[in-house]
Order: sequence, then C-alpha cells, then structure tokens
Amino acid sequence: MSGAILSTHGLIARYGDFQALYGIDFEIDAGEAVALIGANGAGKSTFLRALMGLLPVAAGMVRMEGTPIGGTATDRMVQMGVAIVPEGRRLFAGMSVEDNLRVAMDQAERLGRKGGWSLQRLHDLFPILKEKARTPVQSLSGGQQQMVSIGRALLCQPKLLLCDEISLGLAPKVIREIYAALPEVRAQGTSIILVEQDVGLAKQASDRLYCLLEGRVTLTGPSAEVTRDAISQAYFGGSHAVV
Amino acid sequence: MQWFDALVQGVLLGGMYAQYALGMALMFGVMKIVNVSHGDLVILLSLVGISLASSFGLGPFTVMVALVPLALALGWILQKAILNKVVGEDPLPSLIATFGLSLALQNLMLQIWSANSRSLPGGGIESRSIEIGGIYIGLLPVIVLVFAIGLTWGLDLMLKRTRFGRALRAAAADVEAAAMTGIDARKVYASATAIAVGILGFAAVFQSLRSTVAPADGGAQLIYAFEAVIIGGMGSIWGAFAGSMVLGITQAIGFRIDPGFGVLAGHLVFLLVLATRPQGLFGKV
Ligand SMILES: Nc1ncnc2c1ncn2[C@@H]1O[C@H](COP(=O)(O)OP(=O)(O)OP(=O)(O)O)[C@@H](O)[C@H]1O
Ligand SMILES: [Mg+2]
Repeated sequence: MSGAILSTHGLIARYGDFQALYGIDFEIDAGEAVALIGANGAGKSTFLRALMGLLPVAAGMVRMEGTPIGGTATDRMVQMGVAIVPEGRRLFAGMSVEDNLRVAMDQAERLGRKGGWSLQRLHDLFPILKEKARTPVQSLSGGQQQMVSIGRALLCQPKLLLCDEISLGLAPKVIREIYAALPEVRAQGTSIILVEQDVGLAKQASDRLYCLLEGRVTLTGPSAEVTRDAISQAYFGGSHAVV
Repeated sequence: MQWFDALVQGVLLGGMYAQYALGMALMFGVMKIVNVSHGDLVILLSLVGISLASSFGLGPFTVMVALVPLALALGWILQKAILNKVVGEDPLPSLIATFGLSLALQNLMLQIWSANSRSLPGGGIESRSIEIGGIYIGLLPVIVLVFAIGLTWGLDLMLKRTRFGRALRAAAADVEAAAMTGIDARKVYASATAIAVGILGFAAVFQSLRSTVAPADGGAQLIYAFEAVIIGGMGSIWGAFAGSMVLGITQAIGFRIDPGFGVLAGHLVFLLVLATRPQGLFGKV
C-alpha cells in the first residue's frame, strides 16, 4: 500500500438499513488505471460515491497516500485531487456547455489546483465541445453530454479520476471516441478508476481489475491475465478468485 | 391620459415591489427556500435605518450606505446560523424556520421600537416631483425605479458572468453535482442570502421614505414580493422584475377604477396567473 494514491480498508457503506458494501479492500497506484466490473446492483456506483464523500463512511476506511480521509466532504475531495464523472452525467441543466465547464475551472482556480487541462486542450480532445460551446447542455446528444461530463471532471485537474459507466447508452463509434481520450488522461499522470459493464472495454482500458458481486470483491488481478471464465464466475457467484 | 398616468404610477410602484421580489426569487431559485421573514427583514432594516438617522442625524442616502452592508451581514449570518441547517430537497423545514423567524422578529421589533409607526425624514425628496409631458411624477418613485432596474440588471449580470454567479446557478441546478466540481454549497448559499437581504437594505430606505413603517407591517410587504415572484415565474430574476411591474400596474389601474379595488386587483391577477399559468408568465416549466 506504500505506492497507493488511494486505498480502501474494509470499506462498508449503507443506505439506511440496507448494506450495499461489505468490507471492500481496494488500492490504486499513481498513474494506474483500475477497472471495476460487476452486474447491476453490485455496488460499483456506491463504491465511487463512498470515495467521493457522497456517502458517510468511517475515516480509516479510505486513505489517500496513506492519510485517513473517509467521509471527507465532496468539495474537499475535489480540492485534494479526486474528480468524478458521475452515473447519469449530472450536468447543470439550463447552462451552456461552456458554462458547465467553466464552473469546474472556476473552482480549480479558487482551490488552487493546478494541472495540464484547459478549455483549449479539451477542445482538442473533443472538438464538438467547442462547436457547441453556447448550446444549453440539455439539448446535446447523450455522447456529447458524456464528453461535457468528462471535460468538467478533467478541468478539476484531478490526480485521480473516477468514471462511472461512461459508455452507458452510447453508440459504439461514440464509445470508441470517448475511450480514445483515456490514454491522454493517463499521460497526464492521472490515475483512473473505471466502472464499466462492458468487460471487454474494461479489460482493454485498465491495468488491473476488480469484480464486485453483491457488495463484495469476488475477483481481482491484472486485466491482461484474468480469464473470461474467472470473470463470468466472479460476475455471477462462486468463490473468491485471485489470478 | 388618466389611464396612461395610472400606467406610469403602476410602473413606479412596481419598482418598489421589484426590490422585495429580487431577493425572494434568488433564495427560491437557488435554495428552494420561501423566506416568510422577508417582509419582516425589510421592516427591521427600516426601523434600524430610522434609528440611525435620528441618532446621528444622517440623510437617507447616508443611511443607505450604512444599511446595505449591515443587511448583507444579516443575511449571511441568517443563512449560516439557521437556514443552512434546514435547507434541502424538502422545502417544508425552511418554510417552518422562516415562519418562526418572522414571529420572533416581529416580537423583537415590538420590544425595541413599540407598535408606533415611524418614517425616515427625506429632507424633501419624498414630496418633490418632476413634470414630463404633462404628467407629474414623484422624484422618489423615479429613483426607486432606477435603483430597481439597476439592481435587477446587476444581479442578472452577476449570475451570468461571474465565478460566483456560475457557482450559484450550478448549485441551483444540482447541488450534489456542484459539490463534485469543488463548490462549497453552504458558502454559496450564505452569499446568496447575504445578497437577497442586502437588496432589502435599499428597499428599507425607500420603503420608510415613501410611507410609515411599524413592526407588524412585514406581512403586507411579504405578500407583494410573493405575488410578484409567482406572477413572474419562481426563481427567475427578470421574471421577478416583470412580475413586480405587472403587480404594480394592476394595482394602479385597479385604484383608478375604485380606490378600494387597487390591492384586490393585484391579488386577482395573482390568482389568475396561478390558475392559468402556474409556472408564472416568464417561468420555465
Ligand atoms: N439511494 C439508494 N437508496 C437505497 N438503496 C440504494 C441506493 N442506491 C443504490 N442502492 C442499492 O445499493 C446496491 C448497489 O447499488 P449501486 O448503484 O452501487 O450498483 P451498481 O453496481 O452501480 O449498479 P449499476 O450497474 O446498475 O449502476 C443496489 O442493491 C441498490 O439497489
Ligand atoms: Mg451504477
């Protein structure tokens, strides 16, 4: 855990009486891309929300570079260099593409976060965002909205980027376009936690992966080495496998 | 000519209502708070202003310079100490809190200032008028209207162009997503309420120049602000301004028809809008 930029230790999360996560041990190193796969309702989004301070968790359950930070308020997590592309994109309706992006730039400036991302670089990555700068976000296509959501997270200048199903509901061509941006994000030195239902995509875009089932880790290992069989077993049940 | 005169008087009256309505629209638009104590805050600031004027012999615009920062601070403290603890998806807790605050403020003002009516000496501007094309227009209502336009314009510009304005709109659209970009919602809320109450610092000076004020008068001011905001469309800044104009003009024309009908005409238009266009004349659905 010495090199880990972020780690969890027996992470537990609940919604009222319902327990969604049962002691997750997880870690990600600087510059690493880790995929998180699992069926609907496995707890993937809950895990990201718990990391982001959107659910109450005990301090010691989440560490950033060794320091206990569990339960830190979401805006403080951003200040510490964690940004999220949330499930459902969560853009600011009624505001233009550019204003949505500016909100993140404003806060990065206010919080003194420096990094390589600028509007210019984002426009190079997703040229459509420049073309649609003045368009209200709610009238964009799903793929374009996802690009805004990714752009907004990048402009927080994160060290660690959390992505929650960024391919969901998009056409294959758009998915390729979005995934093609990830190597550039990593080239910036940013670590990525990638929640993804498409196992092929997840393996391809990550160094290591974790599979969740009903709030528990059922499989973990290097993405290139885990087999289809191991994954399908981890997805749907069976014993804990380490490859 | 008589109806044109009523129209002019209505627009001028609308200028006063706009100064109440702006802050109310801002608080509702950003936090879904219906601030029931809005009118009582105007009266409180008016009474403080009147006391400042008589204690230190200040003119109305000097009082304004003192009152606006005081109002800003009051709004900020109000949000930090009370409203931040009750703001949320459910508008009921904040409604109850501001209702309680309204009662507490009224009692506090009765204790300090007694039930008597007072007004702010204006050194003559309250009775001066200017003639434009055969119509005599009070100087004070014109100043009130100019301030109302300036405040509306300034607030709208701030929301659209500044870092704080963008953060405010983001928090209004989706407060959790706003936090995901690093926005500290409680801080943004405190500034929003500071501005909403700060505008009442202007309104308080004008209100106590144009008529007398007494501790129990807050309710009437609240109703006019509330009606203007509903007519204009909740949470929209220029909508609140336009709603104030509609309310002012309706009252002035109603008053021409029959002096007892003026205020009632305003209520009727309010009900008509609620019944036919509940999102307000300029509101988004
Ligand atoms: N707000 C909530 N209140 C109560 N239960 C919730 C809430 N959000 C999620 N859950 C429950 O927690 C469990 C994990 O949900 P979560 O959204 O984390 O799953 P997921 O792995 O992200 O699924 P998906 O792939 O469908 O997005 C599910 O059983 C879900 O029903
Ligand atoms: Mg999910």
